[in-house]
This record gives sequence, structure tokens and C-alpha cells, in this order.
Amino acid sequence: MQDEVATLLEKTASTERMAQSRYSQRIQVCMGTACMALNSEQVKTALEHAVIENGIQKQCQVQRVGCPGLCSLGPMLRVIDKTITAEANEPRETLYQQITPEVAPAIVTSLTPAAQPTSALDAHRCEVADTFFKRQVKVVLEHCSHIDPERIEDYIAHGGYRAIQSVLTEWTPQRVIDSITKAGLRGRGGAGYPTGLKWATVAKANSSNGKKYVICNGDEGDPGAYMDRSVMEGDPHRVIEGMMIAAYAIGASQGYVYVRAESPLAAKRLRVAIRQAQRAGLLGNNIAGSAFHFDIELRLGAGAFVCGEETALIASIEGGRGQPRPRPPYPAESGLWGCPTLINNVETFANIAPIIDKGWEWYAGIGTAKSKGTKVFALTGQVKTSGLIEVPMGITLREIVFDIAGGIPNNRQFKAVQTGGPSGGCIPEKFLDMPVDYESLAKVGSIMGSGGMIVMDDSTNMIEVARFFMEFCMDESCGKCVPCRVGTVQLHRLLSKFVDKTATPADLIKLEGLCKLVKHTSLCGLGQAAPNPVISTLNYFREEYEQCLKPSP
Amino acid sequence: MSKTLTLNGQMISAREGESILDAARDAGVSIPTLCHMNGVGDVGACRMCLVELAGSGKLVPACTTKISEGMEVNSDTPQLREYRRMLVELIFSERNHVCAVCVANGNCELQDLAIHVGMDHVRYDYLYPAENVDVSHPMFGMDHNRCILCTRCVRTCDEIEGAHVWDITARGIKSHTITGLAEPWGEVNTCTSCGKCVMACPTGAIFKLGATVAEMEKDREKLAFLKNARERREWV
Amino acid sequence: MANKVKLATVWLGGCSGCHMSFLDLDEWLFDLAQQVELVFSPIADVKIFPEGVDVALIEGAVANEDNLALVKRVRACSKMIISFGDCAVTGNVTALRNILGPNNAEQVLQRAYHDVQNLQPQSPRFVVEDCVTNTLHEIVPPLLPQVLPVHAVVPVDVYLPGCPPPAPRIRAVLTQLLAGNTPQMIGREMLKFG
Repeated sequence: MQDEVATLLEKTASTERMAQSRYSQRIQVCMGTACMALNSEQVKTALEHAVIENGIQKQCQVQRVGCPGLCSLGPMLRVIDKTITAEANEPRETLYQQITPEVAPAIVTSLTPAAQPTSALDAHRCEVADTFFKRQVKVVLEHCSHIDPERIEDYIAHGGYRAIQSVLTEWTPQRVIDSITKAGLRGRGGAGYPTGLKWATVAKANSSNGKKYVICNGDEGDPGAYMDRSVMEGDPHRVIEGMMIAAYAIGASQGYVYVRAESPLAAKRLRVAIRQAQRAGLLGNNIAGSAFHFDIELRLGAGAFVCGEETALIASIEGGRGQPRPRPPYPAESGLWGCPTLINNVETFANIAPIIDKGWEWYAGIGTAKSKGTKVFALTGQVKTSGLIEVPMGITLREIVFDIAGGIPNNRQFKAVQTGGPSGGCIPEKFLDMPVDYESLAKVGSIMGSGGMIVMDDSTNMIEVARFFMEFCMDESCGKCVPCRVGTVQLHRLLSKFVDKTATPADLIKLEGLCKLVKHTSLCGLGQAAPNPVISTLNYFREEYEQCLKPSP
Repeated sequence: MSKTLTLNGQMISAREGESILDAARDAGVSIPTLCHMNGVGDVGACRMCLVELAGSGKLVPACTTKISEGMEVNSDTPQLREYRRMLVELIFSERNHVCAVCVANGNCELQDLAIHVGMDHVRYDYLYPAENVDVSHPMFGMDHNRCILCTRCVRTCDEIEGAHVWDITARGIKSHTITGLAEPWGEVNTCTSCGKCVMACPTGAIFKLGATVAEMEKDREKLAFLKNARERREWV
Repeated sequence: MANKVKLATVWLGGCSGCHMSFLDLDEWLFDLAQQVELVFSPIADVKIFPEGVDVALIEGAVANEDNLALVKRVRACSKMIISFGDCAVTGNVTALRNILGPNNAEQVLQRAYHDVQNLQPQSPRFVVEDCVTNTLHEIVPPLLPQVLPVHAVVPVDVYLPGCPPPAPRIRAVLTQLLAGNTPQMIGREMLKFG
């Protein structure tokens, strides 16, 4: 029986590889949300028509793939041409940017045997690709933009589900947990709790009815952040495989993926992926002929930021009001329906399969002493090239902002970079050479967060930045505890006084006092972290606040 | 099994599984509370009962945190006193609390708490929201101007009366206590008119119709009595 | 006279209940009179708030432009000001109109002077000619968009809550002040609102 799955995977993989090898040319079109918003679907249709019109449908395949990361230059597409080999016998790969349905046929024409050199595509050749990708290390996103997210065969052909197959046939749950622990993986939702430790806790927890659950937290809600959405859109099977391995390690038989309804494409791709995995016998009862049962259900959230907090997320899955409750008990002891529950972020789960596949030693070799592996960031704001990047832990902010993103446009100066969204802080220029890892970011008053990274130039008013995030927290507060419900409103009012230049020195004292109160007395992470943008801007840009004080009469 | 812990420098004993709040009260130490009420489950929402755990310095709600052996708890530090006062001020700033014209004046837990924390004025801007008064019920009224969203009515109606007439709608500062499916209270036919929510409400938000300024007295221990009577058959 | 404490009492947007409570000090007022000189008060015929006041008790919230001007002058001319009663401390009943929104003055005046009047409804808004200065001015000061507690406008030194503050509470505060101490506002007797 166990061999059957191995055979199935092998067979699927070889069939798929063979099918793909028939094509010597491939055009991969990004079908992530950002590119689709810029008509990449029409681009793909135009390409398909052009391929048929040019009569090269036997050699050239048009493929849907996930996000390659250069979201500000979409729609993106990649042409892989095996008829022309570049260095080291690799087929030539060309990235094109800002492709419209009108330009699309020219790309196909350039692939025909009779193609004449043309300058029509020059403007669309992606010039920044070299610098943008040079310093990136793709682990989580390794398949994104290379495989069709809606085809399980493509995932399997790229080595997918090999990890779970070997785990189920050869590994004990303890060995899985040990590997994750030794790999040094930490929670990618933002807090950086050691994943192996979390798994071990849930594995050891007693369940009164024998049930345990695995939850994938896809309630990504930081303004401007879309790392998890891109992973779910671009490589949904990777997330499923990670959840399966987790379920095996902790002894769970049911999993939930919690995605906000605001990410319909991610939800759709996950739904398709779950169904495909079920049909392939990778989800369900007696997976791979083992005694392991595991199934996954998709739960759509209504888009409340607080539902990213684990206890609120669990309440929401249970059908209740999405409000956090005091911890302990932690979900590891008493989570969904009162059972021990493992809850990890999308990106955390997406890191699991490669750790199993390539070994924890490989993974622990990436990153810094305390922060291992890579981190995906959604890089936005005032940089030349924004988009989705994956970098090894320990890279400096300067490398990200100036090497990868190309620096600040419009001849302006760098002012600050904001990480961690509404729960994070603003990091000024003097810390640009600091390595990006959990501890360093915390030391300068910010957090790793889930991966939002907003770069600001010297035209930015830091008080308005703080007020923007406070407004976000105020709107997203669930209203359960007093400091968050009322404190954020009062903080927002005080910040508005600074923006309007009607604040008094007494208001500055009130502002600092309230920040302390909300940080220390709020019930959950939303409130506890809500003052961070204010605290960090007060720390590094205090003079801006002082300049806004009302001149004394 | 009993456990020993330190509260404000004094060793006290407590039952296993007991909350810090109960253990403290048994030992004669009062910790201010607002959303806690004997007889219904705790939610740890008002943050008034926050206490400091020695070592970590972490603040935890005394009502939902279980005691453990050797725990060192401080319930009365200058920092906690300041936080409690700020929290009470925030509550006063949130809605339109006018003690002078309130049915619960003199019988109000919020008013008592303001005295306890030494609030002589509110340093934050009042928000002055436009709130409704629902007097559609034949016996009781609900004045949202005085509601502090402690959810004691919600829990009382759900856990003791079993009717679950009350709930909370919307979120953040827009949170609101509702009856039924956000209908006028008088039109909610699941309401048994038992009046337990009136007893549970710490302020003058839920009141008996006809009560005027300072007339609305509430007997909150009755609710704990009812629960004890039912669950433990203790009728005294 | 020279060494007496200069006391002022001020009546802004309030019902004068706090002043009534002050008068409830009864015979203690004679003792008080030995120690203070009342330099400005609704019960004394002084038109302009004098300079060099030691203690000013301010009753009422800041509800109109006259209140605003007066409270600023009081602050400028007084060593210590006391928010006297709930209206001064919290806005209280005077501030109830604030829930009508930021521009409620018209609504309030309409309601008070037209809707509920059955005889000669009219707005209290006459422009009269001042025969001394020969200028035109409004007889009723315009309402502020929002009623404010005193400390929202000027710094306050002592808060004396109550609606009205009971006479013993007023006496306790004044006694402590006259003894040169900062009043200790602790406990139900001193702090209960309403």
C-alpha cells in the first residue's frame, strides 16, 4: 500500500515532466492578484491566441504561474526558451514586464523560427530583474512563479508531496519535531515563537476526546502586506503539505485553513488544491496506506484584523464572535473546541516540506544564529522597485532597500523603514546596517511581523504615519477590552491634535502615558502592539512631535 | 489540594484551580473589578483587576488567571494604581456618564470605582457619542449612554437565565449591546422579563422603568445565590 | 485687610447649585469671612474680575464666549483655581448638548426658545446699541460649538466634584487651603460625582 503512493507520485511526476518536456518554449504568465488586477488574464488569452495563429502550439506552452515578486511592474511574464541555451546549457529565460494584451502577440512572434530581431519588446524587458533577484534566496517561494498553482501534477513534478511521503513511511512523529526544532524555524506570523517547541507542546498535550487540530492562519491583514496571500495563490499545495506533516507530528486528524474572504483568489486556489489532494488520496483516511488520517477544511474569515490573533481566530472558526480571550490556557492546551490545537502561519507551514526534504542542516545553514531560514517581505513605499521578496535572515536593511529595491526614487533621501505593520515600528537611517532578524528588530523597537515593509522618504510626516496605523488599530479593535477599545480612539485624537498643530505639552505627556497603558494592559496582541508605531516615532523622530506643539500664547 | 502563594508580600493559601481574584478575596485583599461578577463566567475584559506577577513583571487579569504554587502576585503597586485610574477615566470618556442625572447615582459600581481609584477629573477628551435609550420593554429600560460594555448582562442572560437575549454587535468603539437580533427590547420575544440583567448591570444602563435619579438599587449577590442554589443545591 | 486671602467665586455655565451649596456653609461663612476677602462673586457686585486673586472657585462649564473670556481672565489673575462642582469638572448636565454633534448651538436655541414656547417664541439674539460706547453688541453671548470642562480650557489646580458638592466637602477643601495645605481629595466624602 505504502509503495502505491510512492508509485503514484513517481508516475504523476514523470508523466508531467514528460508532458512538459514536449514543449521547447514556455511562456509563464503571473496570475497573482496584483498582475490579474492589471489584466494578466487577458494577456494570457492573447498569448494563447497568438500561439495558435503562429502555429507553434506544439512547441510553445502558455502557462499560469504564481507571483514572481515584481508586483509594481506587472503583468509579468517569463519566457523559457530551450531552443536557445544561455550559460551552462541552461535554457534562456527572459522576464518581461508590464505586458498588455496588445503587446502579447509580439512575444509569441519573437519565438517563431522566422522571428526577426525587433525592438518592439525592448521597453518590456525587465531590466531590474538582475539586481532584484540577485540577493534573494527562495525557499518558501521556490515554486511560486514556476508552477501552475491549480495543477497538483505540476507541484508533484517539482518534488511536491515527497516530504510527506517519506515522513509517513520512514519517520516517527518525534523525528519530525526534532528536525523542525533543529532547523531553528520560528513562527513567521510575527512573534517568532520556535515552531518545533510549539509542535512538541501540542504533541505532548492530552486531549480529553482524543482530538487535536491543526490550523493554518491565513488571516493576513497588515496594510500593504501580501506575503501569505501570494504563497497561497502561487503554491497552495506547499501549505497543505506543511499542514499534513504538522498533523502527523502532533497527532491531529483535522486541519483548517483560515483565509479572509478578501483574498478570493487565495481561497479559490486552496479550495482547488484541497480537492485535488483529496482525489489523489493525499488527504482523507489512511493516507499512503498508513494509519494516518487527515483532512483539511477551508474557513473564510470576514476580514477582521483581530482574527489573526489565535484565540480570536479559533473563536471565529467555531462560529463565534471573533474576539480574543485571555491566555493561558494557550491553544496548545485548549484551542479549537477545547482540544489541543497547533496554529501556525501560512509561511511557517510553507517552510516545512523543504526542511524535511533537504534536511534541517541545510535549513539551519541559512540565516543568523537565532533566526534561521528566509523571510518573505512585501516591500512597498518609496522605493524604485517594490514587490514581494524572499531574503535570508541576517541580510541588512540597506541591502534590501538599496540593492534589491534599487533605493529611493525622485532624488529623495531615505528616512525610515516601517516593519511589522500596525504592530511594528519605524526604523531610522542609523540602523540601516542592522541585520534583519527577530532580535535585532525588537531591539530597535520594531518587530519582524508577518513581513510588511514600508520604505519612507524624507517627505514623509512621521506623525501622520503613526496616526495612519493608529486609525487602523482603532477601526480593527474588537472592542472587548477597555484600553484597546477606548485607548486607541484617544490616542488617535491626540495624534490628530499633533497633525493639526493644536497639541499642547500636556498632550505630549498624555500621549506617552496612554501608549504605556494600552501597551501594558490590553488583552491581546492587537492592543498591546497598537502603540508601537507611536512609541518608535516618538523615539526616533521626537522633534517632529515637538515642532507640532501649539506656540504658547 | 491547596497551594501557597505570595500576595503583596503576604503568604496566603488557596485552592488549586482557583483564580487569583478568589484567592485574594478569601484572604481579605480586595482587588477592584468591573466586568467580573460572582455567578457568571469571567472574560478579563475591563482590565481593572490586572495584577503584577513577580519575576516577569507581566500584568495578568486576576479574574481569569489561575493560582499556582509559589506564585508571587502584587495587586497594589503605584503603576497598577495609575493604570486603573487611567482605565476608569477612559470608560468615563467613552459614553455620556452624567452621575448627577443617573438612576444609579449612589448605587453604581463605576462611580464607586472612580472614588476608589481617586479620579477627580477625566484628563481625556469626552467622546460624546449620540446614544439611544430603549424603553420599549414594558418593565425595563436600556440607556446606552451609561453602558460600559462589560457584558455582564450578556453573560447573565446566557449563563443563568438561559435566554441569551443580550449580545454585542459591531466592534471597537462602535461596539454596542443589543437585545435579540438588534431589535427593540420590547419586541424580543425570547426575553422572559426576569430582570436578572437589571441586577447584573454595574451602572445605570439597565434600569427598572419608573426609577428616577439615585433610586435604582441593585442586588447583585442574588445572581450568585441563584447559581449556587441550582448547581450546588445550597439554598441559604 | 491686606493679609487676608483674596477669594473669588465664578459662575459659568451651571445652575448656581454649587453656589447654593456654598451658602449652605451657614454660620461657618462668618468664620470664613474672618480669613478671606471676597473680591469677586455672583453674590458680590463686582463687574470686572480683579487681579491678584489667591483662590478662585469656578462653578459651571465653559459654554459660551463670555464664559471662555472670563475663565481665561480668571486663570490669568488667580494663583489657584478650583473646578467647583461637576459642571466645571466634567461638563455634566451643561455639556449634554454636546451629544447633538459639533454644531448644536442652533438646534439647542431653536428647541429652547421656539419649539417648547407657546407664547412669543423668539431667539435671545438682540443686537442692541451700547449707549456708553456707541457700539452695537449682542445681548446674549454666542454659544460655543462644544461645552467644555474648565480644565479643557485652562490648567486647573484642584478639582472639587459633586452636583452640587456638599457643604462639608467645600468646607474641608477651603479649610485645608487656608491652613496652607493642598486639599487631599480622597474617599467617598471628597470625591463622589453626582
